Amino acid sequence: MTEKHRITVTVNGRAHRAEVEPRTLLVDFLRDELGLKGTHIGCEHGVCGTCTVLLDGRSIRSCITFAVQADQAQIRTVEGLASGPDLHPLQDEFWHKQGLQCGYCTPGMLMRACEILEQNPDPTPEQVREGIASNLCRCTGYQFITEAVVAAAGRMRNEHPWDPTRPTAATTVSEERP
Amino acid sequence: MKPPPFRYAVPTTVAEAVGLLVEHADAEPRVLAGGQSLVPLMNFRLAQPGHLIDLRRVPELDGIRLDGDTLVIGAMTRQSAVEDSPEVALVAPLLAEAVGFVAHRPIRNSGTIGGSIAHADPAAELPAVALALDAEIVAVGPDGTRSIPAAEFFRGPFSTALAPDELLTEVRLPHWRGGHAFVEFARTHGSFAIVAVAALVEMADGRVARASIALTGVAPVPIRAAAAERALEGAVPDAAAAADAAVEGLAPASDVHAGSASRVQLARVHVRRAIERAVSRAQDRR
Repeated sequence: MTEKHRITVTVNGRAHRAEVEPRTLLVDFLRDELGLKGTHIGCEHGVCGTCTVLLDGRSIRSCITFAVQADQAQIRTVEGLASGPDLHPLQDEFWHKQGLQCGYCTPGMLMRACEILEQNPDPTPEQVREGIASNLCRCTGYQFITEAVVAAAGRMRNEHPWDPTRPTAATTVSEERP
Repeated sequence: MKPPPFRYAVPTTVAEAVGLLVEHADAEPRVLAGGQSLVPLMNFRLAQPGHLIDLRRVPELDGIRLDGDTLVIGAMTRQSAVEDSPEVALVAPLLAEAVGFVAHRPIRNSGTIGGSIAHADPAAELPAVALALDAEIVAVGPDGTRSIPAAEFFRGPFSTALAPDELLTEVRLPHWRGGHAFVEFARTHGSFAIVAVAALVEMADGRVARASIALTGVAPVPIRAAAAERALEGAVPDAAAAADAAVEGLAPASDVHAGSASRVQLARVHVRRAIERAVSRAQDRR
């Protein structure tokens, strides 16, 4: 056993202090230490994208990122999207447009879509397809996912005029985990 | 799989990082930049460093700046930052075009310029860009700083001129004012290149004043197509003839991705396309 390192990671607005082995992958830290099982583990070498989370606003692969590398970072996971019973427009449109079948890729797809829409609130279907090429889905053929992201983009522009400085509902929580 | 245990350090200066490389020389230390190649290798236990030295807290390694006519990119600059940089688009448009071929955006959000060049994957894009642009690769070790021309940097697959206790600190790219093109053949968008070509062409009075062509995927390291450059320079551009010259004598190894003859043919086609595009852009820029 190597020495542990003390880290502070803010996940969906909540600060967590923990001691981790350097070899602990961020995805395992999120799932096993914090109990946030929404982020999935697929290929474990950065290819499939189901472990995608946002680190300081940028999408990353949490299966090829060590938890120690996320020290002092702001992480957003799929658990941070909905506010209580109200689904995020992306989640809602994935549901309505059937942007998933088995659901394995969905958390990564949603977080990647978040980044795409934060960088470009009005993407064309082609830009969405190019953007989600980073994430593998073996069920849907991507068409319904693309339609869901485009539909969510329209709703997000209309319902919540885009403001990159405005935190999402889930990121305003700031309580310590007991 | 998961990596075996290792020790971990987060230096805040280049000097401290080099000191750690020297101090832990017996523990197989590795530098951790973005980790987008190293951590997969560690997950599969193909790499088992005893000590990781994480450079993410070394501010002097991050950033893009102009030094006279030279673009200087810190080793820890994220590939996505390079992709979005107006300075890179202006001064090194070849790099701006090539970086979009490096995996996908989530990988480029973590992956760094220095990491890609120091890792020297024979299928990677950025080493070919460095070679085509005659980049200078700056390294710092216990004996000080040295600048290594890209032509002398890549020694073999995953092997470079860096000493074990040296750190790649920045990449220096001369301002390119001519035409450029980066073209690639890969199984899918975002996959490693099977063959990729970086081409730079400067035109004067309808003739090629200067040409630089680098290929990935036809040798253990990226190579310059010197014969093609000679065929182009001083003449009205004949992309097809230059492409034939570029592949003359090539004998790439066959592997699971493509056979030797396929790689030669892919190289021929992509050199031609790259030259045509670079010539066309060189004419547009004048």
